[in-house]
Amino acid sequence: MEDGIGIWGVPLAILAGAIRVSTPFIFVSLGEAITERSGRINLGLEGTLVFGAMTAYAVAVMSGSPYIGVLAAMATGAIFGLVHGFICKFPKVNDIAIGIAMMQFGLGLAFFLGKPFIQPVAPRLPSISLGGWSDLPQVQSALTINVLFIVGGLLALALWWAFRNTRIGLILRVVGDSSDAARAMGLNPDTVRLLATAAGGALAAIGGAYLSLYYPGSWNEGISSGQGLMAVALVIFARWNPIGCFLAALLFGGAGALGPALQSVGVTQGYYLFYAAPYVLTLAILIATSSPTRALVGAPGALSITK
Amino acid sequence: MTPMTRRSFLQTTVAGTAALGLSNSLFYRSASAQTALTVGFIYVGPKDDYGYNQAHAEGAAVIKALPGVTIIEEENVPETVDVQKTMESMINLDGAGLIFPTSFGYFDPHMLAMAEKYPDVQFRHCGGLWQEGKNPANTGSYFGYIGQGQYLNGINAGYATKSKKIGFVAAKPIPQVLQNINSFLLGARSVDPTITCQVIFTGEWSLAVKEAEATNALIDQGADVITCHVDSPKVVVETAAGRGAFICGYHANQSPLAPEKYLTGAEWAWGNVYTDFIKKAQAGEPLGNFVRGGLKDGFVKMSPLGPGVSEEARKKFDATLAEIKTGTFSVFKGPLKDNKGADVVTAGQAFAEDAIELESMAYLVEGVVGSTS
Repeated sequence: MEDGIGIWGVPLAILAGAIRVSTPFIFVSLGEAITERSGRINLGLEGTLVFGAMTAYAVAVMSGSPYIGVLAAMATGAIFGLVHGFICKFPKVNDIAIGIAMMQFGLGLAFFLGKPFIQPVAPRLPSISLGGWSDLPQVQSALTINVLFIVGGLLALALWWAFRNTRIGLILRVVGDSSDAARAMGLNPDTVRLLATAAGGALAAIGGAYLSLYYPGSWNEGISSGQGLMAVALVIFARWNPIGCFLAALLFGGAGALGPALQSVGVTQGYYLFYAAPYVLTLAILIATSSPTRALVGAPGALSITK
Repeated sequence: MTPMTRRSFLQTTVAGTAALGLSNSLFYRSASAQTALTVGFIYVGPKDDYGYNQAHAEGAAVIKALPGVTIIEEENVPETVDVQKTMESMINLDGAGLIFPTSFGYFDPHMLAMAEKYPDVQFRHCGGLWQEGKNPANTGSYFGYIGQGQYLNGINAGYATKSKKIGFVAAKPIPQVLQNINSFLLGARSVDPTITCQVIFTGEWSLAVKEAEATNALIDQGADVITCHVDSPKVVVETAAGRGAFICGYHANQSPLAPEKYLTGAEWAWGNVYTDFIKKAQAGEPLGNFVRGGLKDGFVKMSPLGPGVSEEARKKFDATLAEIKTGTFSVFKGPLKDNKGADVVTAGQAFAEDAIELESMAYLVEGVVGSTS
C-alpha cells in the first residue's frame, strides 16, 4: 500500500463495485424473474432479503458455519414465498398488496428476531482470489470474488437456458402467459405459481445472506437500504431475461460504486448527484428502449401489471 | 387547548392526584419523585450498534444501577411523529419524569411539542439545538466536545501511517462532522506535516454498503489508517481491518471487532453525564439546560491503545491527553488555511474546544482532500 493508483481507481472501483455490490441484486432479480414469469409479482422480496440476511447471520453465529446460514436463509425465504403464493391463490386477492404486506412483515419479524445478533460476529463466506497475477493490492482486492457471485452468474445462464429449453421452463411460461391455456393443458396455475414464488423467495434470501455474511458482512436493521425493491424493478428493466437481470445487477453495482470512487480521487463536488447515478442510468435506459407503438417485450401476459 | 382524549384525560387525572408535585415545574410528577425516578431513553437505531446508540445505551446501563432509578428504553424510533408517541407512552404508561431523546432529529418539533404538553416532565436532548429563552424551560440540551478525541486519534494515525495518507468516512458535511475530520488531520499533521486526509461523504448516517464501498475506495487510493463519523462504525471497522488498514474508532469502543488493527478511538462517556443528571434530579436541584463538556470533563474518553501503537506514539498521545485535561489545549489555532487556500484562523488566534466559532465550522482545513458540498 505504498501509493494510491490515482485516476485508475475509478474504473477499478466500478469493476470491483460491480462484483461486490451486485450479488444481492442478482439473486433477488433472478428470484423475481422466476416468480414474474409464472404470472405473479412478489413485491415482498425486500422483506425476504432482510429476513434472509438476519437468518443467515443468526444461524451462522449459532452453528459456526456460514453455509448452514445460507441454507437456513433459503428455507425461510421459501417459506415467505409459499405464504405469499398461498394467499394469492384465493380469488380477488391482489398480489401487489400482499407483497407489500409481506415486505413489512418480513422486515418487522427480522428486526424483532435479529435483536440479539447485532453484536456477535458471524463467520464470513469465503472468497476466491483471482487477482494473483497482479502485484497491485488494489487489483487483488477488486478480484477477490465471493462464491455466491459466481453461483449467481451460473444460475443466470442456467435459468436463461431452462426457460427456453426445458419442460419446467415451458410450464412456467405457459402459466405466466395465459392461465386459461395452462388449464387447458391440464396444469394448475396456482400450484405452479406457488412453487415459483417459493423458489423466488429462496433466491432472494440468498441475496440477503450475501449482505450479512460477506459484504458488508454484518447484521443490523439498516443492512439493506432498499436493494430488494430495486431488484424487483431490475427485472422489468431486464425484460424478464435472466441474463439481462445479471447484467443489470452488474450495472447497478458498478454505478453505485461511482460516487465513493470519484470522491477518493478528488472529484468531490456534487457527490449527491453521483449517488443518484444508478437511478439516472435506469431512467435513461428505460426511456431509450421504450417504444410508443409496442408493449413491453417479453412481459408475461398474465402479470397483473400488464393485464 | 388540545382536544380531550382518553390519554390526556388519564394524564390530567393522574397529575391531579399528584398536584403537589405539579406546583413546581422543577419537581417530578409523582409525589415521591425525589427517591423514585423513571427515566426514558429513546434511540434512533439499535442500542448495540457499536456506535452512537450503543454509547447512549452504555450510559443508560450505568444509571440503571443507581438506587431508585428505573430506566425504560426504546430503540429504532424514527425521527417522526413516532417519537412523540413513544414519549407519550413513556410519560403516561410508565410514569417517566425525565426523558432523553438522544437523536438530533427528535428535537424540533417532536420533543418541543411534548415538552409543552407535559410541562412537569423534564426533557434533555442530545445535541446542540436548545436555545435559551426560545425553548421551554423544562427542556435542555447536553453534548460533548469530541473533536479533541479525533485529534488524539489523528496523532496515532500520524504515527501508524506509512503512505502518509489517512482516510475518513463521513456521513454529512455538518459542522460537527467537519470539525472531527479537521481535528483528525491536524492531529496527524502534528506528527508529520506532509500527511493528507482523504474524506468520502456517504450522504446518510447509516448506509452499510456505501460505507463499505467508501472504505474500500479510500484504501484503494493508498489510505492506510481509517476513521469515520457515521452512526455505526462497525462496517467501516470490519472492512478496513479486512483490507489490512489501521482503524481509529468513534462513538464507542470497536476494538473487539478488530483487536490487532484498532489503534484507539474517541468514545462518548455518557454514563458520567447521565449520572450527574440523575443525582441532581433526585436531590431536587435544577438539571441545567445547557450541559457541555469534553475529555477533561469526563464527557468523552479514549479507547485503550491497541497493539499497533508504537512507544513513540503512546508518549505523544499521553502527553497531549494530559495537556487537553488541563483545559489549555487548542486544536484550532492560527495560522490555519482551509483546503481552498483561504485563511480560516488568523495567526495568534486559538479556539478553545467550547468556542462558539467552532460550532458553525463550514470548511475543511488544508491537507484534507474533499469538499463540503
